[in-house]
Amino acid sequence: MSITQIRTKVNDTLDELFKSVADLVVEFIYQIGLFMTFSWEAIVAFFKRPYRTKDLIQHMEFVGNKSVFIIVLTGAFTGMAVSFQIYLGFKMINATNLVGPTVAMGIARELGPVLSGLIVAARAGGAMAANLGSMRVSEQIDAIEVMGVDPVRYLVSPRIVAAVITMPFLTGIFDFVALVGSYFLCVEVLGLDKATFWEKTTLWLEPFHINEGLIKAAVFGFIFATVCTYRGFYTKGGARDVGEATNKGVVLSMVLIIIVDFFMMNLIDFYYKITSYGN
Amino acid sequence: MATKAYDSAVEVENLKKTFNGKDYVLNGLNLNVPKGKITVIIGFSGTGKSVLLKHILGLLEPSEGTIKVLGRDLAKLSHDERIQLRMKFGVLFQYAALFDDMSVLDNVLFPLKEHRRDLSMVRKKEIAYEKLKQAGLEEKHYAKLPSEISGGMRKRCGLARALALDPDILVYDEPTTGLDPVLTEMVDNLIVETHNHKKGSSTLVVSHDLHAAFRIGDYIVMLDSGKVLLDGPPEVFFQTEIPLVKKFVNMGVHKSHE
Repeated sequence: MSITQIRTKVNDTLDELFKSVADLVVEFIYQIGLFMTFSWEAIVAFFKRPYRTKDLIQHMEFVGNKSVFIIVLTGAFTGMAVSFQIYLGFKMINATNLVGPTVAMGIARELGPVLSGLIVAARAGGAMAANLGSMRVSEQIDAIEVMGVDPVRYLVSPRIVAAVITMPFLTGIFDFVALVGSYFLCVEVLGLDKATFWEKTTLWLEPFHINEGLIKAAVFGFIFATVCTYRGFYTKGGARDVGEATNKGVVLSMVLIIIVDFFMMNLIDFYYKITSYGN
Repeated sequence: MATKAYDSAVEVENLKKTFNGKDYVLNGLNLNVPKGKITVIIGFSGTGKSVLLKHILGLLEPSEGTIKVLGRDLAKLSHDERIQLRMKFGVLFQYAALFDDMSVLDNVLFPLKEHRRDLSMVRKKEIAYEKLKQAGLEEKHYAKLPSEISGGMRKRCGLARALALDPDILVYDEPTTGLDPVLTEMVDNLIVETHNHKKGSSTLVVSHDLHAAFRIGDYIVMLDSGKVLLDGPPEVFFQTEIPLVKKFVNMGVHKSHE
């Protein structure tokens, strides 16, 4: 092969590479734009009359009530597991009286909203994506549209609002059960002092710590519901694609919840600093 | 063209559609769907029939060209106007597209609940019953879910839902695909009966079944490569010398004798 031929081949390969990267960037920007429009339309549509209160309640029942059992179960075991690890660490520095408040703070501010978000994203978010995806491939969404009904308003808005409303309640339940689990392990199993556990916990844990977690929970609800409904709503193809949309929706929701949690943590901390709130 | 003599329910002018910017699924398509007639759009698979239908229903935006439904340009309609116009359509999808989580009756009630808030629930149910009966579905099936009834019944339920708002244009997307010959004939008869039931209504059927097209169609449009290859009354298709149409007609006629 001559040098000219090699040069031509290298140039062609580079051209193809740049074109592929450019296509990816364009597709990424397009998807972001579509996602933003979709989210905005869904929010605006919810406030249009006549309100879809019945649909909202149905979805709240699905996202909220049907997640309670799994939230209670994971909350209890998370509270116990975290307490045990912290107990082992604090025992080395003779600070076991601080296990209760440390666990309570960690649960209320971080673990409660994040784990609730991840669990409900997997359960309800996955169901949302799969449901809308199968409706799309079986032309049910097209049918809704040609019957003169806005499918975003009918299918998406109530799901997103239901997730935003119910997530703080689920997180509140998670926090409470995790604290009870922590109490059970620390006091009933490990033999720590009951009065000290509650005294230190109530002394440290302020209502704004709990609120911080509840606000995060609402944001996480918005994230997983929007991402999963978006993935489901724009599914193309057949059953295989529904599975893929569900998978992508859940994975992306989980990753976003963890990333957004980090930024919210910093933002809230910054807010506390500038307002001297919480110090 | 023969359509020029009729008033048009749907007018399509120079319609072009590309999904990737290069390949055109529809390539300068011109079409008039006559008012008050049964028009059947036929063609081999991949000729753009379903894409054309989605454009007419406003589910896809054209890359170029105009579509007028009952004289109104779809591109110039606001969101609310488009919704109003869509209520003039009744659509029976290929696999009926019934809502899985609703009973047969609730499926038919859906468009009534959404658009006829002025009616009492009792009246809405009366209308739903009437449409289900018109579509030939027995009352014992009304409480069943779509998964609990047969393919033919699902088509009937889909048709009843399409009829719920008394549409001016009834659209059938591949209504007989996947059905056995008996059910195919039943659906074809249902299309004609439904069309005759409401005077002045227009019917648009997208199909690849030429035999059925000749049986039910007043006006037939054949698509090829995203364009209209031939359109006119059924007789035109037997007289033409266009090789592709002759081949398609021969295949259809041969199939109908099997």
